Amino acid sequence: MNSSPSLVDMSGIEKRFPGVHALKNVSFNLRAGEVHALMGENGAGKSTLMKILSGVYLRDSGVVRLDGKEVTFAEPKKAQDAGVGIIHQELSLMNDLTAAQNIFIGREPRFGFGRLDEKALNRQASEIFASMNLDLDPRVCVGELSIARQQMVEIAKALSYRSRVLIMDEPTAALNDTEIDELFVIIRRLQKENVGIIYISHKMDELKRISDRVTIMRDGENVDTVDAKATPVSDIIAMMVGRALIDSDVEIPDTSEGTPALEVRGLTRGREIVDVGFTVQKGEILGFAGLMGAGRTEVARAIFGADPRDAGEVLVHGKSVDIQSPADAVASGIGYLSEDRKHFGLAIGMDIRANVAMASLENYTSKMGKLDEAAIGLVTREYIDKLDIRTPSDQQEVRLLSGGNQQKVVIAKWLLRDCEILIFDEPTRGIDIGAKAEIYKLLNRLAAQGRAIIVISSELPEILRVSHRIAVMSEGRLTGILPGGANTTQEAIMHLATKRETVSESLGATA
Amino acid sequence: MTSTDISNQPSLLRRLISGDAQQKLLAFASLVLLLIGFSIASPNFMQVSNIIAILQASSVNGVLAIAATLVIITGGIDLSVGTMMTFCAVIAGVVLTYAGLPLPFGILAAILAGAFCGLCSGTLVAKLKIPPFIATLGMMLILKGLSLVISGTRPIYFNETAGFDLISRGSIIGYFFPSLPIPNGVLILFLVAISVSYILSRTVLGRYCFALGSNEESVRLSGVNTDRWKMAIYALSGAIVGIGGLLIASRLNSAQPALGLGYELEAIAAVVIGGTSLSGGRGTILGTLIGALIMAVLINGLRILSVAQEWQTVVTGVIIILAVYADMMRRRKSG
Repeated sequence: MNSSPSLVDMSGIEKRFPGVHALKNVSFNLRAGEVHALMGENGAGKSTLMKILSGVYLRDSGVVRLDGKEVTFAEPKKAQDAGVGIIHQELSLMNDLTAAQNIFIGREPRFGFGRLDEKALNRQASEIFASMNLDLDPRVCVGELSIARQQMVEIAKALSYRSRVLIMDEPTAALNDTEIDELFVIIRRLQKENVGIIYISHKMDELKRISDRVTIMRDGENVDTVDAKATPVSDIIAMMVGRALIDSDVEIPDTSEGTPALEVRGLTRGREIVDVGFTVQKGEILGFAGLMGAGRTEVARAIFGADPRDAGEVLVHGKSVDIQSPADAVASGIGYLSEDRKHFGLAIGMDIRANVAMASLENYTSKMGKLDEAAIGLVTREYIDKLDIRTPSDQQEVRLLSGGNQQKVVIAKWLLRDCEILIFDEPTRGIDIGAKAEIYKLLNRLAAQGRAIIVISSELPEILRVSHRIAVMSEGRLTGILPGGANTTQEAIMHLATKRETVSESLGATA
Repeated sequence: MTSTDISNQPSLLRRLISGDAQQKLLAFASLVLLLIGFSIASPNFMQVSNIIAILQASSVNGVLAIAATLVIITGGIDLSVGTMMTFCAVIAGVVLTYAGLPLPFGILAAILAGAFCGLCSGTLVAKLKIPPFIATLGMMLILKGLSLVISGTRPIYFNETAGFDLISRGSIIGYFFPSLPIPNGVLILFLVAISVSYILSRTVLGRYCFALGSNEESVRLSGVNTDRWKMAIYALSGAIVGIGGLLIASRLNSAQPALGLGYELEAIAAVVIGGTSLSGGRGTILGTLIGALIMAVLINGLRILSVAQEWQTVVTGVIIILAVYADMMRRRKSG
């Protein structure tokens, strides 16, 4: 392995932002034809390091060598021209432009006098798609594509630069298993062509599958660089968080008694949701598993009244409730924590107080309509304590918090509203491993306090780790409900998640 | 696989009923309905002379609206087009009447003055990162003031420049086809529309217009010098405003320094009625042209029906709100 030459060699990299020492004497090495995973919790400095390599940031000191020659990229364009491509974590496409126009932005084929050669543009784009084995019309507006397809366009864009170094920042965050497989096929092909790939991801199973070496970072420093295949996952996690995580088995409480806290019967909405029925007991965590587009989020939104439904009944504590809008759902004690916290869960530019009180303002308002700031502050600090939200004060702007702490603010909001039924949609998306464990613990505690909880997640290990029972959906139907804990395997879930028709006898939960 | 079949494109039908085409269709249908409605209501409406009057009336607003469309597609807004138009007219007056230079210099000066003003706005927006609304609000007042200062608050007449009034009021088409006396102002409007339409759909500048309005940061990260392109777009927009200044000065055969305020809002209204999104990223010149025509037809028709001018303004306001509402409904449906 040592025989392959160093493609990228970064050493002694320092970077400071106002108030933060983001990178401290960091080194990183990439060989040609290697997939090198870069791991670390959010804020560990991975993205900053990659932004320095790709010309988005300038380093304060240190050396970057490409093919042994020292380089400094003053802007992204210079890095791209030198063969360093990056696929950003947040999709950075122009929705109103077509796929081909997106790929070649900034270097459109021209006739002269600034006139565009649209035919050549589309032809070159479709050649790239063909090389990726991707069936996509280059003339489709990117805004009309699914997130997964948009991701593919991003990858095509990076490939179009004939990059020798390709940085992928969480490329699979929005992809389903089939699409991940396709991506890995592309990565392997690039590897054969001696492209060096830097792969940032939080998903351990992917790293094991695709990467050769792993570099672990923590708090802006190198921890170690190890062989990906030979190093146990638990070691890698321990290096990332600086402590070993105890991955305890799920304790499944006895919830067979009593009226269910939430019962859903015959929920239907077009072809997205077909006759879905289930129950959740007090103190129970019901996991919802399935592939992307299986209809899990749609079910949650329909229950919450965010989307209209064609048919179906919702019962809370045995009583039928008529939910026409989110306001009705909240009045019935149902809270929904969206997968997209920044857009739907939080007023990102406001402080923690404002966000925590957002759903309960009428309880903190005088008759004259004046807000009782003192009381709001008091209760906010109480939840900061209870949920262990790490923040300098209750008046910190939410956008300055980490993903995990933002999620806790959303949880605090719904707890303050006294929601007995909480629906979590991808509660740990974009949250690093250490904070994930905390969210899991919090979920367990909320259930132990007698709340009924639904957790929707695309990560099977997460579903298996938190759920007391697991509902599996496929193509809008509920294809089965499995017991949680050690009795269920990922294979059993995948079997149901890829099933084509309903198996009504497995809906035993309605008993 | 070197050559790939790209014939699996969306069918013509699919493209026709796609979002943007729908809005254009809607605007076009409204225009036709207005024309039919007014024709039935008044026999004087569908006269060649009246249609020409409508076209002539829409020429200045149309040209300004085209200039505004460019900036709005980038996600910006330009509040200065009205007073910039006047400023360019005054500059033409300075060159032609005060300095007594020949006509081509006046035309060039007006267009260059516009381009320079646009470049200033563009620099404020791109380099100093001042929000377009504020930057062009400032430019609007600066240019209004400068027009008054330069002219000494008095109109500048073009009586000594032979042929100046022909820029807008003459008719080259009428010279060759006497039965079709379409004024030059209208011809210029359509030439500007065709050119800008070509620039938007076929050139790099046009591509970056849409790209900037769609996701500026992403364009920047793609290695495009976004500041420079933004300045170029504002400058082009300003040059077109300069043409608008020539048109109005020619029509009045004078530069009226007090004129101009309010024209920017009519231009923005035409852009919006034409289906260009104020949040940037999408829009068409054909739509803007139809928008300007709708406004001109409406005013003309209501006048023929002897509706008071105050009410004409009210109706225009209602039309703008309806147009934006229809656009939002369509967008919500298409998700």
